Amino acid sequence: MLKSKTFVKKTRSGGVMKIVREHYLRDDIWCGSEVCSECKQESTVLQRDACIESNLCPFPHYLVPDTNVVLHQIDVLEDPVIRNVIILQTVMQEVRHRSAPVYKRLKDLIHDKEKHFYTFTNEHHRETFIEREPGESANDRNDRAIRVAAKWYSQHLKTPEAEAEGLRVVLITNDQGNKAKAEESGLLVYRCEEYIKSLIANPELVDRLALSNNEQNEISSSKVLFPEHLPLSRIQAGIKSGTFLQGTFRASRDNYLEATVFVQGEGEDSTEIILQGLQNLNRAVHQDVVAVQLLPRDQWVAPSSVVLQDDGVPKDDETNEEEDGRRKRICVEEHMKPTGKVVGIIKRNWRPFCGMLNVSQIKESTRHLFTPADRRIPRIRIETRQASTLAGQRIMVAIDGWPKHSRYPNGHFVRSLGSAGDKETETEVLLLEHDVPHQAFSQAVLSFLPKMPWTITPEDMVKREDLRQLTVCSVDPPGCTDIDDALHCRELDNGNFEVGVHIADVSHFIRPGNALDKEAANRGTTVYLCGRRIDMVPELLSSNLCSLRSNVERMAFSCIWEMNHNAEILKTRFTKSVINSKASLTYAEAQMRIDDTSMNDDITKSLRGLNKLAKILKRRRIENGALTLSSLEVRFHIDSETHDPIDLQTKELMETNSMVEEFMLLANISVAQKIYDEFSECALLRKHPAPPPSNYDILIKAAKSKGLEIHTDSAKALADSLDVAKVDGFSYFNTLLRILATRCMMQAVYFCSGMDSDFHHYGLASSIYTHFTSPIRRYSDIIVHRLLAVAIGADSTYPDLMDKHKQSALCNNLNYRHKMAQYAQRASVAFHTQLFFKNRGILNEEGFILFVRKNAIIVLIPKFGLEGTVFFDGKGKTGVNLRFDEEIPGVSVPAPEVEPQPKKPKLDR
Amino acid sequence: MAGLELLSDQGYRLDGRKATELRKVQARMGVFSQADGSAYIEQGNTKALAVVYGPHEVRGSRSRTLHDRAVINCQYSMATFSTAERKRRPHGDRKSAEMSLHLKQTFEAAVMTQLYPRSQIDIYVKILQSDGGNYSVCVNAATLAVIDAGIPMRDYVCACTVGFVDETPLADLCYAEEGGGGSSLALALLPRGGQIALLQMDAMTACKGVSKVLDEVVRQHLQDVSVLTRE
Repeated sequence: MLKSKTFVKKTRSGGVMKIVREHYLRDDIWCGSEVCSECKQESTVLQRDACIESNLCPFPHYLVPDTNVVLHQIDVLEDPVIRNVIILQTVMQEVRHRSAPVYKRLKDLIHDKEKHFYTFTNEHHRETFIEREPGESANDRNDRAIRVAAKWYSQHLKTPEAEAEGLRVVLITNDQGNKAKAEESGLLVYRCEEYIKSLIANPELVDRLALSNNEQNEISSSKVLFPEHLPLSRIQAGIKSGTFLQGTFRASRDNYLEATVFVQGEGEDSTEIILQGLQNLNRAVHQDVVAVQLLPRDQWVAPSSVVLQDDGVPKDDETNEEEDGRRKRICVEEHMKPTGKVVGIIKRNWRPFCGMLNVSQIKESTRHLFTPADRRIPRIRIETRQASTLAGQRIMVAIDGWPKHSRYPNGHFVRSLGSAGDKETETEVLLLEHDVPHQAFSQAVLSFLPKMPWTITPEDMVKREDLRQLTVCSVDPPGCTDIDDALHCRELDNGNFEVGVHIADVSHFIRPGNALDKEAANRGTTVYLCGRRIDMVPELLSSNLCSLRSNVERMAFSCIWEMNHNAEILKTRFTKSVINSKASLTYAEAQMRIDDTSMNDDITKSLRGLNKLAKILKRRRIENGALTLSSLEVRFHIDSETHDPIDLQTKELMETNSMVEEFMLLANISVAQKIYDEFSECALLRKHPAPPPSNYDILIKAAKSKGLEIHTDSAKALADSLDVAKVDGFSYFNTLLRILATRCMMQAVYFCSGMDSDFHHYGLASSIYTHFTSPIRRYSDIIVHRLLAVAIGADSTYPDLMDKHKQSALCNNLNYRHKMAQYAQRASVAFHTQLFFKNRGILNEEGFILFVRKNAIIVLIPKFGLEGTVFFDGKGKTGVNLRFDEEIPGVSVPAPEVEPQPKKPKLDR
Repeated sequence: MAGLELLSDQGYRLDGRKATELRKVQARMGVFSQADGSAYIEQGNTKALAVVYGPHEVRGSRSRTLHDRAVINCQYSMATFSTAERKRRPHGDRKSAEMSLHLKQTFEAAVMTQLYPRSQIDIYVKILQSDGGNYSVCVNAATLAVIDAGIPMRDYVCACTVGFVDETPLADLCYAEEGGGGSSLALALLPRGGQIALLQMDAMTACKGVSKVLDEVVRQHLQDVSVLTRE
């Protein structure tokens, strides 16, 4: 069965090394086709009736794509129409080597049973293995291997049975040479475009074809617009010698002719370089990694303050640039910043972009411009024949390339998301744009879920404490199905209180390293949008097995304190446990029970005890300088049938909210301390750095306008001065100040204790903090659970948990996902607010001015939690003559005859 | 660059073997006439030569003499040309010394030393080409050489390595697989009695699958090796 064949490979690892590997050839690799009776395969993937309706191939056929087809046309391959494809091992390996994202998508395709993609291990098959010939390049060899394998298939399937079906194998390649050779050897071979265009039922697939190189030339004019990018070897040499700098390209949101490149220097020292003008931007797209050359000092400029939107008329650009140029000279010397130009692209970071199609003026034209939703992305030229159907829809487009003589990058249509303004479509857009992974969980992930019906087994009980008899209850917002915390409180015989926080034991179900764990680690957090939740873990776990619902037995991770009546902790204990929650209450229900003196059952008593202790805890925390900040959160009442928002109100805070919060904070702090004591190098903690004093400027100025003073030397001072900052007859002023204060804050971030020395949590005034209490919706909590479980000996460890570099990389991902989730949430609220106002007409509401800018004011309407910019000069109107004062800041209107600002602000969002 | 994919979704390893398949084994006994016993073995690209002298009088210091059994003296070395890059390996480097000690322990358990009191048996093993599983190949070569020398043993010692990738045990690791970051376990066994002569595991952390690995692969495949070495 084994045939040994050794072959020689040369690889580079430091120097040139000769690597000898064995290569076994086998005769037990089967073809995977249903029609084959020769192969002794257990299961088949390729169907007998492999029909894709096509003009070129009216018979059933299997497709064999070559590497470039897979790499560039993966969008097409992903279409449900394309089935029965043979992916050769040679192709798999090349794809893996060339592009990790495509490789992942390809693997997903292969796993999808509906698609009937079969991987043929041709490199190890005795009849399809070929050796590289002298003088043959690796690429040529691989092409030949693909042809040999395709040939083998077509011969192999020449059984009487297959003949009867008329089954054939079709090689798909875009390489002319390869195609000619394949035809020579009698293979059925087509170019990808040819084949896709021949598909009868699916004309729209053509639009998804990526443009191949030879077609790009037709699209653009011959005029060279951009300087050539340098080859990678020269860029590398330049970076080494210091003539070029490497950094991430960040396009400006407001001005399409301006961008910054963020160059990460050694240690703390990193610089920002300004790029201005199309030529200097040189086809870089937001988020690309680029090489930049600094311009001489006399050409340095200051960032411009103009808002410029790409209107797509080339003439204007040039004049704009000239104007820009003139303005630059006028700039004050001190605002000058290092300025440079892009000389080469190190790594493109293109992803499919969402946006709208601008249908071309010419009716018959198939080439159109596409405007991405993200303003930092340039417009993309695409080719489509369904422009009329796509107009008014949200579509996704991928960039294929940006030739030097084309004003815009070329791309192709990927898919349509639905009509613009539609709720589902817009939600999809904002998820995609915020990079929120929201696909359904794959089979591989779901395979790690426990089998239903699930019960707690006696083995589980051995390692767990039985807390089922305790009166545990959960308090959550209404409609919450992923309950990850529950509480109990009881009086002990010695007069002290025993307080327990029980957190869903998610880490029991999600074992390190499996597909489920990897998926959760990638998602990082559950994203809550208006009327929709994008789970981090599959619903079976989030809403059932992990959710601490009432009157069912659930596994928990418990943190149990003994406290005296002054809420001082006497003893802390952590244990894995089994609980049986007695009630799942909403905040309002819990509040009612506490207030209703006639109720005296165990749950109510427990709640009253908790409430009492929580008040003491809160007071102590505030005395320590914890900040009470304010942000406006609105809640939509969603119509149960149309899912349209019918009313909205700002979130109300009850005593019970803060009761639950207090104990969660306490649990988090206790756990943080414990895991840090145990693993000083690799504990996952959360910190909130103190903001630099300059951040407080707007707050101090705002308070000064009413003659108040805010002290910002410490969190305590800030909290105290916020408490006393009150204006008579203007009760909302305090809330406004708190909203402003919130904006002065830094982002709280996760970090690994071995990589940082500053642990302080500024907002909570705690010296150490982590997240432990919401493992169903945050991955950080799962890691903390694992650490704590190891610390108390309830679970075993694994290498990645103790690796601070891997942890740190994980933290970066979590921080990114959290940030994106927040943005997505805000965008969702904003969109729903717009939906809400769509049919309301004009409303009059009370609003407050938050900031004053040179040409606009920013207004807040508390009732709707809505914030908008009101420009002084509307479209077509010239602005009134205003004087802007940086110091106050404020605007004064010198001319008395100017009419007052309109009462109803024009909302610009 | 992405690392190597040790086990493909189709269940094939880098070199085309399935998870539980061994490399091709070829062996020859009696390769040298001047030594008392000798053997040459190839397991894939790992090639080793073993030579046995003895039993003979204890040489060197007499104090090492044991009065109830023979002394076993093992020496392991690697040829300078055995790896991709030529490297001089002076005698007594830490790795060789450790390997020599492991071999000695293995063969003290297998050879019936009590039959030769006050004498010495020398086993010299040299790796001519290294491609993973050095220890187990040496044990297999030395067993053959001891058989060739006609020295009685309790049982033939057979050895094999096994690794663990994605919850799947891989038998007889090659060099690339050993370096692939997973755990690897070498086991020498006296197959008839089912006794373990030596077990050695290299892994970053404790591998929870040890029992699974032992049961599923090693037992089954040591049978195969023992069949092969008996030929």
